[in-house]
Amino acid sequence: MIEASNVRKNFGARTVVGGVSFSVGKGEVLGFLGPNGAGKSTTMRMITGFLPLSAGKITIGGYDIEENPVEAKQLFGYLPENAPAYQDMTVAGFLDFSASIRRLSGKKKADAIARAVKLCHLENVLQQTIDTLSKGYRHRVGFAQAILHDPPVLILDEPTDGLDPNQKHEMRELIREMSRTKAIIVSTHILEEVEAICTRVIIIDRGKLVFNGTPRELQEKAPYGHRLRLTVCASDDAPVRAMLEKLPQVRKAELLGKQEKTVSLAVYPAGSEKDFVSAVKKALDEHKWEFCELYLEHGRLDEVFRSLTTSDAVEGKEGAA
Amino acid sequence: MRNVLTIIRRELGATFTSPVAYVFLVIFLALSGFFTFMIGGFFLRNEADLSSFFFWFPWLFILLVPAVGMRQWAEERRQGTLELLFTMPVSIPEAVLGKFLAGWIFLGIALVLTCPIVFTVCYLGSPDPGPIATGYTGCFLLAGAYLAISGMTSAFTRNQIVSFITSTVLCLLLVLIGFPPVTNLLLKWGAPAWTLDLSADLSVFYHFTGMQRGVFDLRDIVYFLSLTAFALFVTGSVLKNRRA
Repeated sequence: MIEASNVRKNFGARTVVGGVSFSVGKGEVLGFLGPNGAGKSTTMRMITGFLPLSAGKITIGGYDIEENPVEAKQLFGYLPENAPAYQDMTVAGFLDFSASIRRLSGKKKADAIARAVKLCHLENVLQQTIDTLSKGYRHRVGFAQAILHDPPVLILDEPTDGLDPNQKHEMRELIREMSRTKAIIVSTHILEEVEAICTRVIIIDRGKLVFNGTPRELQEKAPYGHRLRLTVCASDDAPVRAMLEKLPQVRKAELLGKQEKTVSLAVYPAGSEKDFVSAVKKALDEHKWEFCELYLEHGRLDEVFRSLTTSDAVEGKEGAA
Repeated sequence: MRNVLTIIRRELGATFTSPVAYVFLVIFLALSGFFTFMIGGFFLRNEADLSSFFFWFPWLFILLVPAVGMRQWAEERRQGTLELLFTMPVSIPEAVLGKFLAGWIFLGIALVLTCPIVFTVCYLGSPDPGPIATGYTGCFLLAGAYLAISGMTSAFTRNQIVSFITSTVLCLLLVLIGFPPVTNLLLKWGAPAWTLDLSADLSVFYHFTGMQRGVFDLRDIVYFLSLTAFALFVTGSVLKNRRA
């Protein structure tokens, strides 16, 4: 549904997005990650046709966003960063305007608004003006506006920003449910969100694509990906380590800490992790080592994120002129 | 075209739900009455016409029309709704036209509300309806031109005050270049005659004075409409190139 090829954006001499390509199909939720100032919002603004491209091409459902903007814009719903809305309008008035401008009218419009209001739980605030709403409600109004016309493409810039944990959970459920029939792009810097809802992840850093793959592949890039944490009842770690390192499945066993009667170890798999855990357990049983803790650690996404991206402190803020 | 109507409806709705509209209307009506009766000497003239009423509009509108137009785009930029509006399936010309027409309709309503002055002259005497009709047409066209100019300055900035001051100055310039004291000064400085003609031709004052006196000249109408169209065109180009 969304094709971006070699998209660039310069503000004056400064390159904010330097040649990013990706595509999103129906049923996919693309997580768009990057540190603040990496060019996430700028890229989203180019996809939605708000900012002109300096070079490259973006199509939505086959329509070029620069050449057929109106047709392309008809196909997506967009929740911009901070969910802007006309502050002096009522929620009902704002949704009515959003529906009319998407060419909905009559019963279709009424149904679309009723559906969005129900999905976003806005029943109680319909007649309130938007400037009187809490941040959570304001975000939901923005989201309601984006899904109003049931678009095949959803583009959400930090959809859970400023929501409380319950609302976050609800928003994720909503996104997951919609993902079955839509192509969705979600930008975020909350990594748990990526694990929770995304089918694919791209990370950009300083305007460059540094990762494009599944959340699982991202986890595997973690420096401590899939190591085994083990606490054995033994007074000394050396014999345990020696025994474990003899196993073909084990690359290395490392001492993490020594307590009074136990030792904690980290065991790294050699190559594939297939029957790594069971081999370790079997060896422990055979040697009658008693253990009180044995679990597989998954790669921590924030570690991968930190290793792939650099701090934006040097680069300054994202290009809002 | 449907989008234009949708935008007009939204803008008018927003105008009339905010207190700004009512404050504007009250000030506008009070000032126009004050100028007509107290400074224009409506009664002293002892003539059943509205020239003392229409005469003040180029000046009155210099302050009041930018107050209507200044928020058009500046407010959208400040609130971030510009991003929302331009990522909806709306073309820039539609958005520019919709916002302009909504403001113009509002100013039209303000003009209609001055009708008691017409009833007054009709009650006091039997005025010639011609100059009243052309005078109101002139006021409406003038309001449109000023509004388009304020919309243009509004598109440049996210600050309403900057927009207000710039458009006021621009409108003032457009009046002054044809204002007799200024043209006389140019004459005294020995400016060639053709520059005087040119500056008078470009001036709002010159074209408005004709209509106010009841002269219906197509050139005046073309002047106001093309000034409006030009300002709207610039607005569109600015928005196209300076969206963020």
